[in-house]
Amino acid sequence: MMLPDKTAQLEEVVARIGDGATIMVGGFGVPGTPMTLIQELVRQGARDLTLIKNDANEPGMGVDHLLRNGQVARLITTHLGLNTHAIGLMNNDQIKVEFNAQGILAERIRAGGAGIGAVLSDIGIGTELAEGKQVVEVDGKPHLVETALRADFALIHADRADPFGNLTYVATARNFNPLMAMAADCVIAEAETVTPLGELEADAVHTSGVFVDHVAELGEISGEYAVVQR
Amino acid sequence: MSPNWVKFLGNTPLSNAKNRMTARAAREIVPGMVVNLGIGLPTKVVDHLPSDFPVCLHTENGLTGIGPTLPPDQANRNLIDAGGAYVSTVPGSAFFDSATSFAMVRSGRLDLTMLGAFEVSSQGDLANWKIPGKFSPGVGGGIELAQRARRVVILTTHTDRAGNPKLKDECTLPLTARGCVSRIFTEMAVIDVTPKGFALAEIAEGVSLAEVREATGASLIVPDSTLPVF
Repeated sequence: MMLPDKTAQLEEVVARIGDGATIMVGGFGVPGTPMTLIQELVRQGARDLTLIKNDANEPGMGVDHLLRNGQVARLITTHLGLNTHAIGLMNNDQIKVEFNAQGILAERIRAGGAGIGAVLSDIGIGTELAEGKQVVEVDGKPHLVETALRADFALIHADRADPFGNLTYVATARNFNPLMAMAADCVIAEAETVTPLGELEADAVHTSGVFVDHVAELGEISGEYAVVQR
Repeated sequence: MSPNWVKFLGNTPLSNAKNRMTARAAREIVPGMVVNLGIGLPTKVVDHLPSDFPVCLHTENGLTGIGPTLPPDQANRNLIDAGGAYVSTVPGSAFFDSATSFAMVRSGRLDLTMLGAFEVSSQGDLANWKIPGKFSPGVGGGIELAQRARRVVILTTHTDRAGNPKLKDECTLPLTARGCVSRIFTEMAVIDVTPKGFALAEIAEGVSLAEVREATGASLIVPDSTLPVF
C-alpha cells in the first residue's frame, strides 16, 4: 500500500476559496504565516472573507495585504498591536473585529478540530470579553461557554511536508498552525520543502497528513518571510 | 502598544530611575521559577539577572527557555517572542503550539508574571489592555496571564504621561482581571496590595514619602519601621 499524493499547484487550490469564506490563517507575527498562500488569495481576489488569525501581522505584511485590498469583512483575533492600519479599519467600522483571549482562541480552534462543540473556562469572567457569552456552573463555579471554531479553509505554513500532507514546523513558527490544520473543511499547507514519502521521521511529524487536503512546495521563499528590519 | 513605542523601548537606554526599578524587580525572581515577562519594561528585567541564573522564561507564542535577544544580522527568522523581538534559545529550550503554551498558563505552571498597567486598584484589580476610544489593540494573552499566573507583579510608571495616578481606589478602565495583583514596582516605590489596600514596602533613592503619597491615587499604608531604599 502507498499513501495518497496530495501535492497540488498553489494557484489551483486557492481558486477554490470563494466570496464569503471563513479562513483560518496560521502564524504569530511573521513566523508561521503562510505569506505565499495569502499573496495568491490577494491575486485571485475572493471577498467578504472572515479571517481567524492570532494577529494582523504588520502594515504591508501578511494578512494586511488582504485588509488593504478590501477582501476582509470580519476578523476573529487576539491582538492587533503591531498593525496600526488594522486598528484604523476597526475604529472606522470598515472591518468587524472579535477579540478573544489568546489561549481561549487556541482552545476554541482545538475544540473545532477535535469534533467538540465548546469548551468551558472562567477566563475573562468580569471583563468585557465575557459579555454575551452563555454562563454555566461547574462544581459550583461559573464558567463561560466558549464555542468551537471551524472554518471553510485553513492556510498553513509548514517547514517540511511529504506528499501525503504530513507536516513539521520549526521554532516559534508552530504557534496556531497545528491547531488550525485540524479545524477546517479544506486544509491547504504551503511547505518550504516537500520530501518524498518516508523521509520525514514518523516520530517527528507534528500534523498528520490525515488532516491535510492539499500540500504545495514553495521552493524559493519570498522576502516577506525574512527577519523584519525595525 | 504602537510599533513606535516598541521601537522606542528596543533602542533607547532606560533612565536611571527605570533602570533601578527593573533591577529591583529582578530580585523578585527566585531560582527555579517559570516566569513570563510582558512586553515593554518587564522584558528589561532579565538584563539584571546573571547569565547562569537558574530560571525558565516562557513566552506565549510557544517557547520555554528564552535566550538573549539577537540583532537582525544574527536573528533566526522563525524565532521571536510574543512582542516580536528576535530571541534565541538556551540549552534545554522547547517549542510548542499555542494551546500548549496557554495550558501552561491556565493550569498554574507559571510561578510569576511581570506585566505593565494603565491602572491598578487597591484591591489588586488590573486594567492594562484598553483605553476606550484611544487604545484597543486587543487583549492577547494578558487576561490568562493576569488571572492564572501564581504571582502577578506590575512594572509601571507611578503616574501616566499627564501626571495622573495609575494606582487608584478603583479602576475606571476596562479590567483585565480582578484581584490579581500582588505587588507593584514603580520608579518611586515598591507597593504591596494587601487586604487593607496599598502598603508601601520600599522607596526609591531620593524620593520622599510625601512625593509618593502625592502621586498615588489611594490611601497608602506606611510601616512604622524605616523603609528600605532601592
